[in-house]
Amino acid sequence: MKKIKTKEDLFQLYERNKTLLALRTADERVKEDVEKAKKNKTQREILVCGDTGCASAKSKVIFNYLKKEIENRGLDDKIKVIQTGCFGLCEKGPVLMSFPEENFYVEFKPEYIKNFVEEHLINGKDLDRLYYTDPITKRKIPKRSEIPFYKKQFKIALRNVGVIDPSQLDEYIAVKGYQALAKCLSMSPMDVINIIKKSGLRGRGGGGFPTGIKWEVCNKMPGDDKFIICNADEGDPGAFMDRSILEGDPFSVLEAMAIGGYAIGANKGVIYIRAEYPSAITRLQVAIKQLRERELLGKNILGNDFSFDIELKYGAGAFVCGEETALIASVQGRRGEPTTKPPFPAEKGLWEKPTVVNNVETFANIPPIILNGPEWFASIGTEKSKGTKVFALAGKINYGGLIEVPMGTTLREIIYDIGGGLKNGKQLKAVQTGGPSGGCIPAEYIDTPITYESLTESGSMMGSGGMIVIDEDNCMVDVAKYYLEFTTHESCGKCAPCRIGTKRMPEILTQITEGYAEDDAIEKLENLGKVIKNASLCGLGQTAPNPVLSTIRFFRNEYENHIKNKKCKAGVCKNLFIYRINDNCTGCLVCFKNCPAGAIIGAPRQKHIINFEKCTKCGICFMKCRFNAIEVV
Amino acid sequence: MAKIYVNGQAVECQDNLTILEATQQLEDVYIPTLCHLDLEAFNIEHHIGSCRICMVDVEVDGRRKMLPSCATPVKDGMIIYTNTPEIIHTRRTVLELILSDHPFECLTCLKNGNCELQSLSKEFGITKISYQGKKKNYPIDVSSKAIKRELNKCIMCRRCETACNILQTVGTLSGYKRGFDAVVAPANLKPLVETNCTFCGQCVNVCPTAALTEISYINDVWKAINDPNKKVIVQTAPAVRVGICEEFCLDHFDPSNTGKLVTGLRMLGFDAVFDTNFSADLTIMEEANEFIQRFTKGGRLPLLTSCCPGWINFLEHNFPDLIDIPSTCKSPQQMFGAIAKTYYANKIGIAPKDLIVVSIMPCLAKKYEAGREEFKRNNIPDVDYVLTTRELATMFKEAGINLHKLKPSEYDSPLGISTGAAVIFGVTGGVVEAALRTAYEWITNEKLEEINFTQVRGLDGVKEATVDIKGTKVNIAVTSGLGNARKILEKIEDGTANYHLIEIMACPGGCINGGGQPYIHGDTNKILQRLNAIYTIDEKSKIRKSHENPDIIKLYQEFLGEPGSHKAHELLHTNYFNREMV
Repeated sequence: MKKIKTKEDLFQLYERNKTLLALRTADERVKEDVEKAKKNKTQREILVCGDTGCASAKSKVIFNYLKKEIENRGLDDKIKVIQTGCFGLCEKGPVLMSFPEENFYVEFKPEYIKNFVEEHLINGKDLDRLYYTDPITKRKIPKRSEIPFYKKQFKIALRNVGVIDPSQLDEYIAVKGYQALAKCLSMSPMDVINIIKKSGLRGRGGGGFPTGIKWEVCNKMPGDDKFIICNADEGDPGAFMDRSILEGDPFSVLEAMAIGGYAIGANKGVIYIRAEYPSAITRLQVAIKQLRERELLGKNILGNDFSFDIELKYGAGAFVCGEETALIASVQGRRGEPTTKPPFPAEKGLWEKPTVVNNVETFANIPPIILNGPEWFASIGTEKSKGTKVFALAGKINYGGLIEVPMGTTLREIIYDIGGGLKNGKQLKAVQTGGPSGGCIPAEYIDTPITYESLTESGSMMGSGGMIVIDEDNCMVDVAKYYLEFTTHESCGKCAPCRIGTKRMPEILTQITEGYAEDDAIEKLENLGKVIKNASLCGLGQTAPNPVLSTIRFFRNEYENHIKNKKCKAGVCKNLFIYRINDNCTGCLVCFKNCPAGAIIGAPRQKHIINFEKCTKCGICFMKCRFNAIEVV
Repeated sequence: MAKIYVNGQAVECQDNLTILEATQQLEDVYIPTLCHLDLEAFNIEHHIGSCRICMVDVEVDGRRKMLPSCATPVKDGMIIYTNTPEIIHTRRTVLELILSDHPFECLTCLKNGNCELQSLSKEFGITKISYQGKKKNYPIDVSSKAIKRELNKCIMCRRCETACNILQTVGTLSGYKRGFDAVVAPANLKPLVETNCTFCGQCVNVCPTAALTEISYINDVWKAINDPNKKVIVQTAPAVRVGICEEFCLDHFDPSNTGKLVTGLRMLGFDAVFDTNFSADLTIMEEANEFIQRFTKGGRLPLLTSCCPGWINFLEHNFPDLIDIPSTCKSPQQMFGAIAKTYYANKIGIAPKDLIVVSIMPCLAKKYEAGREEFKRNNIPDVDYVLTTRELATMFKEAGINLHKLKPSEYDSPLGISTGAAVIFGVTGGVVEAALRTAYEWITNEKLEEINFTQVRGLDGVKEATVDIKGTKVNIAVTSGLGNARKILEKIEDGTANYHLIEIMACPGGCINGGGQPYIHGDTNKILQRLNAIYTIDEKSKIRKSHENPDIIKLYQEFLGEPGSHKAHELLHTNYFNREMV
């Protein structure tokens, strides 16, 4: 493998690799080749998603079998099978794509392979059942570009994810990889920082602190020993954009870390990644090994006197270790606990040296900003929130998965245009953003453009980009309780308000959902919430009450209904309702037979009765009854 | 210098101070604290900012927020409010939360009246806890004979962690579990006796609540005193006589304190009141002899003192390669026990099993030491019960004895007479100074005129001196605090130390700051007072050299023969074990 010792080596390789991605990207330099391939069907590429989501649905088996099948038929010089990162539409995995047609195959199974190769790839027959079905029109959509899910997306951080083979540095070079670093090395560190500052890039991990300013503070700190840390301790329930970027495009993060290292004056980088991400760890290990072999990591990178190397550190999965000071403690082998700021890590961080901690997605934005210029990036998004944001869309939505949209996109566009609306035509009640630190935005606010500020104003926050759609069947007190219980479990226990307060809040919430709360429960929650926010030591505690405070703010009547009337309108809080059989009952015995608790007393053609003492309120009778005879009271 | 505004008042202060430190200079500003601790004399700052009781309202760089005053450095232009209604409400709610996870056992708690959480609750006027709920539920650890851990009372102030890891570098205690269950404990919640704990008790000294206390033997001692078939004698360690003053508002420097203590002990019902100072003199006889043997005959040097059981535990756990270099002398407590149950028991014609030896110690490691197997003869321990200074004060109070009002009296004979050299065992540097007073005269056969070795005095963690014994230079090091001891021991291990005699005390400052002394609540001035009081007693002593103690001379004549004799070895010396933890 040829080493990339200078800028010239890099550009030569870029030129040489131009055909590598010819079929997949619209690279101007190879337009003719692609046209020819399309016409003659001489060359094809099948991309198989290798991301954890699809891999758990056997995408790796599919990849291996498919490759073998194609080899067995002697087609391997014409059809290349490539494993890539996530395509985004995880709900329909495992997902495959073929190029140059851009066909999109969903819910693929290993047993389809023979048929797929023979009928589809060789004979050119459309296999409808593999194509994506629009849940509303029920129409089959073969091409990705025509699937609504992809139409409103705009990819910067995810630009290479699902496009390149993440295990091949050559493919990354072919998408202008390392040209951003090369460009930076010909500038002064302050010039690099100014570009980032001008772009308006803000941290994508939660707080939204301007990245350029963070870099500048660290750059100005005296001393030669500095560190740059990539925070890959993604922990919000349901959020997985960082993992996806690391699995699908590890080189872009590694390149950005080198750029950051150059800008702040660090020649040591650390990636703090949770051990629960084995696939991402492997990808990073492979990538780092290649970079070292090709000398893009190590001494005198690209012929400059800049040296940089990266080390992986594995976290044990504590949520609080995503907080930068706790992360640093954990890297140093100490208990993962935050410390008071100041001093900030940029002043006194890892091993007491100036340190910058940036999140994975933040890093993934850096190379395009350098290459396309800060003005380009600043032109995307809103006045104070620039660029795009990746969200993990989940909950009661038709198409869930990973999406990237420009800042300022409204929730309505995300939910209805990209996500295809709510499942089963249900009514939207709220959207939960920001994970356990965030809050619930009620349906009437869905036309608000998403920015750091607008989310904070509505009592939620950007967080790392979890977005959970809540419908009329969800109880908001129960939702708040779920998030608070997560925080109770994840609090490190260092400071008193968070340690004890986040225990007392779910206790009160449980009293509410179980129907024995005192009349002043809401007042107590509001007071506790305020004190915990004000008095807690770190971001975890300072935002922990948000799910409760925002649901009280927008759904106070639901709380009151639970407390005063002992009713849960959504029918979630089991202590607050019973199932009863009314006169519609025909005595068909279906409920009797299906009840797992043996709680239904009945005889043929006689009205059945539910024994309340045995009933576990599982709801099976309710679902099985064809006569609307089971009612909730 | 920084200019800050506190409650509307402009204040100039140094810019390396925290908000709390800056406001402590102001007479009209008071910020309550709980987890915060400064041990000024030992350069220990515990500014963890975890309890959030000292929150203040701060406006800095145009942003306004609540910050912990103990952990936030001042910044020029800071606007600080220490007592807004919101701040007071926040502090109160946080305190109520802490109390909501605290057992309400104040009436039967060992720290009743000495608990910082209790004081704060009173200060805040808390009469009801608004937020009730689940409480922590950990078992109580009484596995050792010395320290009781009651984790349900732990408030996660982490002071013990600082004491154990930073001050003492022992590393037994650290954060255990997360979230609501978080407490400070040994790894995997191991019982203390299975850990590398030295039982120095510095964690107990700093604990604001009763999460860490001593294991009390008060009831056992009352029982023994009340048993007509037992003869119960008591010994008092050097540092107890200065520590006990604080419990009864006695002036540290009043020369009659020790005599009042003796009267009080007699009133409690002890059959004879003796002094550990006597056996401290005995220790010097043996240790000075051992030093001279090793020093003049080319034995292994340096000689390390061995009277501190906390330090011995530390050595056995951490430096097993060095276990043959400390003096083989038992500690004064154990020498006393051994002599009492042989020489004294014989003298008064009583079987050792019917003689109960009680020690009053400023120390928790002594409780552990008394239980060690090698300090038993025919399964009878040389020392039966060890009480701390604090426990003795409790017994006095229970018995209605107010030391303040007592007439002083003398210790009993024959184990009660002692010298000034013995009393300084209670402070760092004292053992070495006492040893030098004797060794000098034995080596040179001349009278030592200047007996105050001031180079080894004071609260510095590491003190070095070279003493000229008629042309022979003796290099001396004195350390107190196990963190300081570790530095010296590492030097010995890697061969860079050139000392002949080293004194090590586990507690910073020596026994005056032992784990069994009255609580100082962070006021290290009290340690200085105790230190000076000890030297005052030394100065006022009629005899100030151990080998001039008439009862010691008699003991050798009647029983032991000479220092280092076979009999002395059997009763007064011991050996050490490798107890390294994997």
